[in-house]
Amino acid sequence: MAGVKHVVHQPAPGALGRRRRSRLALLSVLALLVLAAALASLAFGARQISLPDVWSAIFSPTGTGDDVVVRTLRVPRTILGIAVGAALGIAGALMQGHTRNPLADPGLLGVSAGAAFCVVLGVYAFGVTSLFGYVWLSLAGAFAAGVVVFMLGMISRDGPTPVTLALAGVSLTALLQAFSSALVLDDAATLDAYRFWSVGSLAGRDGDIAAQVAPFLAAGLLLALVNTAGLNLLALGEDVARGLGVSVTRVRWTGLTAVTLLTGAAVAACGPIGFVGLVVPHVCRIFTGSDHRWLVPASGLAGPVLLLGADVVGRVVVWPGELPVGIVLVLVGAPVFVALVRRRKLVSL
Amino acid sequence: MTRERVHARLAVRLGPLSGVWRPRIVLVTLLGLAAVTLTLALNVAVGDTPLSVGEVFTVLSGGGPRSHRYIVLDLRMPRTLAGILVGTALGLSGAITQAVTRNPLASPDVLGVTAGASAASVSIIVLGSTSATVSAIGGSVGVPLAALLGGLLTAALVYALAWRRGIEGFRLVLVGVAIGASATALTSWLLIVAEVSDAARATVWLTGSLNGRGWEHVVPVAVGLAVLVPVALLLSFVLGVLHLGDDTASGLGARVDRDRAALIVVAVALAALATAGAGPIAFVALVVPQICRRLAGTARPPLLTSAIFGALLVLAADVIARTVPRTELPVGIVTAILGAPYLMWLLARGVRGARR
Repeated sequence: MAGVKHVVHQPAPGALGRRRRSRLALLSVLALLVLAAALASLAFGARQISLPDVWSAIFSPTGTGDDVVVRTLRVPRTILGIAVGAALGIAGALMQGHTRNPLADPGLLGVSAGAAFCVVLGVYAFGVTSLFGYVWLSLAGAFAAGVVVFMLGMISRDGPTPVTLALAGVSLTALLQAFSSALVLDDAATLDAYRFWSVGSLAGRDGDIAAQVAPFLAAGLLLALVNTAGLNLLALGEDVARGLGVSVTRVRWTGLTAVTLLTGAAVAACGPIGFVGLVVPHVCRIFTGSDHRWLVPASGLAGPVLLLGADVVGRVVVWPGELPVGIVLVLVGAPVFVALVRRRKLVSL
Repeated sequence: MTRERVHARLAVRLGPLSGVWRPRIVLVTLLGLAAVTLTLALNVAVGDTPLSVGEVFTVLSGGGPRSHRYIVLDLRMPRTLAGILVGTALGLSGAITQAVTRNPLASPDVLGVTAGASAASVSIIVLGSTSATVSAIGGSVGVPLAALLGGLLTAALVYALAWRRGIEGFRLVLVGVAIGASATALTSWLLIVAEVSDAARATVWLTGSLNGRGWEHVVPVAVGLAVLVPVALLLSFVLGVLHLGDDTASGLGARVDRDRAALIVVAVALAALATAGAGPIAFVALVVPQICRRLAGTARPPLLTSAIFGALLVLAADVIARTVPRTELPVGIVTAILGAPYLMWLLARGVRGARR
């Protein structure tokens, strides 16, 4: 069969390059959007500061009131927003890929609630007050909650379908929130620590929080990028992936570790923030397709755009007060969720 | 009233209404009623000044010293009655919702109706102080009315968004979860923009607590229930035929759409009333009808039994909330801790029928 040319399934010459170029263009557009959102986040707030003043505050501070506001409040907040947005977007993309579940999101599947509950428990039972302690507790809680939800999905007679997983997440969230409220009401010190981040907000975080969670986020990011190629093969089905020489167990554990690190660190820093991990990968998938090597970086860039954008909206709509970003995101994310649920075929990913 | 036998069961017919005599339901219902009476006495008995159950019954039958009469009738009875009424409304509402949708996961709290009613009530509480007209109709009538409107609006929205060439069980539940989350976010927004004193009032109400319920909270709920419960029980006679599926039901002569719409409105109104009375209390409406269905051995949740066991669950949760922890908890937290594992168990078993 020497004369047969296997060109049927090959793209035309240049098509691959064009596709790659358009994806690279998408990533650069997203990077520009992150920059724009960061600028908006620096410029808007209770105190009105013009862009030139923001510029001079960052690069040639003179110690005016504006400079102090920008340097001590808005810059840390923006950095935190970028880091947490990227973490949540990537965690959502990985969860949706691993569970092949369009409704997967750290908030919806109870992972954030697990992290939050563990922190509350740590504060209540052991008097943990340092952010370093929060991070480890939060990681443990995120991991445990993820495992419990997937176990519930596995032992369910219907199997781990998007619907059973989403409902398992909802019920676990309700249970853990009830326990958290019980602990909080019992102890004023816990209440004080809990109020700090129970709503999911970027406001009022210390400047060094981003630095403290950075190692965890970096590790999670690295694992996520390593995970993408294996995840693409897993999308063919576990049997095919195994036949192609993929260690399914290793890819799964890498993914779970990455999701745990990213979500746990994000919750420790900002409290439970929902719907970023749900919305971002879906929007990115429209442009990148289901290739995770592109989807994950794109989600990592689109996450900060959404989170910072929602944060700015929250600062503008009730000016001079502000709305926690978690609330704005629910109002943005719930319609997307409803649209996804209304699609005819829910299971296909 | 005529009697005839259907498959070895005694059929009872009264005018246009008919039913089957099921001794097991009657037995379960009577046992539930007895348990409610005992829990009522227990709930009244515990507190800073503990009374014995016997002393409580003495007071309720008209005797007892004046101090006991004051504690029982003025302090603890309104709270207990509020618990009974709210539980009744929730149990009944859940039973109707699950019977109409034929979906064991459907209940007003899961479908977001309770959250919608809460958002509307909080908006009344918050706007009450800023707007004179709202404040005038506010007070005791405004909150239940707002809860009712909010609940109906949310239910209509969830139904419309879940409709896609028919209603599918899981789609209804997931849309309800999303709408409920939005309503909760809206509530938080209202709390943030509100004056501090209004926000504090609304927060107390939002925890789903029976604490501090007085006669002024009991009366509107009681009046509402007095209207809605008979309507619900009358309408329940079409549930049997609705359970056969839309086509068969219309073939048998039921006005399916009209009857179902009426039942849903009653269920939503009951849930909204309960929410107005004690704030959102989670999971009662979800859990109670399913437990009653298993206890009574029926195909669909029995309405009256669910109403009584709803009252029992709320009262029992309130007794636990007041005695077990060091500080008193809102009853809604206890029902969530009891109810959420049940939902998980339901999921793990696989929800037969929910796919329909």
